[in-house]
Amino acid sequence: MPAAGAVLLVIVMLIVLALVVYLVSTILALRQIAAGLDDVIAGVGEIVQKSAPVNDVVTDINANLDAGVDLLEGLLVRKAGMDDALGLVDGLYPGAAAAGFRSFPDSATATPPRIGEVYTKGTLTLARLGREAPIAMANPAGPVLRNVEGGSRAARMLYPEGRQEHAENLPRSPVIGTDAPVQYEQREDIGAPRKRLPAR
Amino acid sequence: MTLWWIGDIVLLLVVLPAVVYLLHGVLGAARSIVPSVRQIADVAAAGSKDLDAVPLLLTTQDQVRQTVAVVADYGGSLDVILDDAS
Repeated sequence: MPAAGAVLLVIVMLIVLALVVYLVSTILALRQIAAGLDDVIAGVGEIVQKSAPVNDVVTDINANLDAGVDLLEGLLVRKAGMDDALGLVDGLYPGAAAAGFRSFPDSATATPPRIGEVYTKGTLTLARLGREAPIAMANPAGPVLRNVEGGSRAARMLYPEGRQEHAENLPRSPVIGTDAPVQYEQREDIGAPRKRLPAR
Repeated sequence: MTLWWIGDIVLLLVVLPAVVYLLHGVLGAARSIVPSVRQIADVAAAGSKDLDAVPLLLTTQDQVRQTVAVVADYGGSLDVILDDAS
């Protein structure tokens, strides 16, 4: 065998050896990948299995909660009226009246009365129980919130005015007396004998 | 004889380095996938463990039903007790 042939054989053996080493290493790496993918598939399978009923359960919970919300909103509107219901909700959750009630699309455009500015949250909670709630009878923390017998301004302030129905400040009473800034002429007929009409 | 030597040189200087380079690239790519797959497997296992509380949703569902039923009864009583606004 010529020397060139022997060298050729050695080189080919080197190539084959390199192929064997690298391919075996690659096979080992691919087996690790396959084992890892088996774990992944098992984990994903568990996730799919565990999350399968979630959609139905959550949908059912939402349906029940929607029914409860509709029931409470309907009851509140029926018992308190749309305006007062909006005012009560807006008093408890400021800004909530802008969204309105879900079952009453027109409620979003209504103007809620300013109940929250007059009554406290605790009173509003009582008021939610009904229009007959003792919202003005007594307050454990102090005096009554408004005079139920004589006062009407607080009640009138609950509702926004469509137009100005009264002056914000009444005109001041005129100053009278000798040192008054404005002196009025004394009428001569005041205190004088009453004129008598000629007899017929 | 000269052609034999030329072939040997080509094999030694061109073919063998090319084969080693290509196989080394394949092996490097295969080995780089292994840690990624292990991380994905760990995340999948953690995600599966996080969903262990899903059966509690059934309890939540039952309690929501009971609560809404109680609220409905309470609302019905209020509807009877209180007068309507209009």
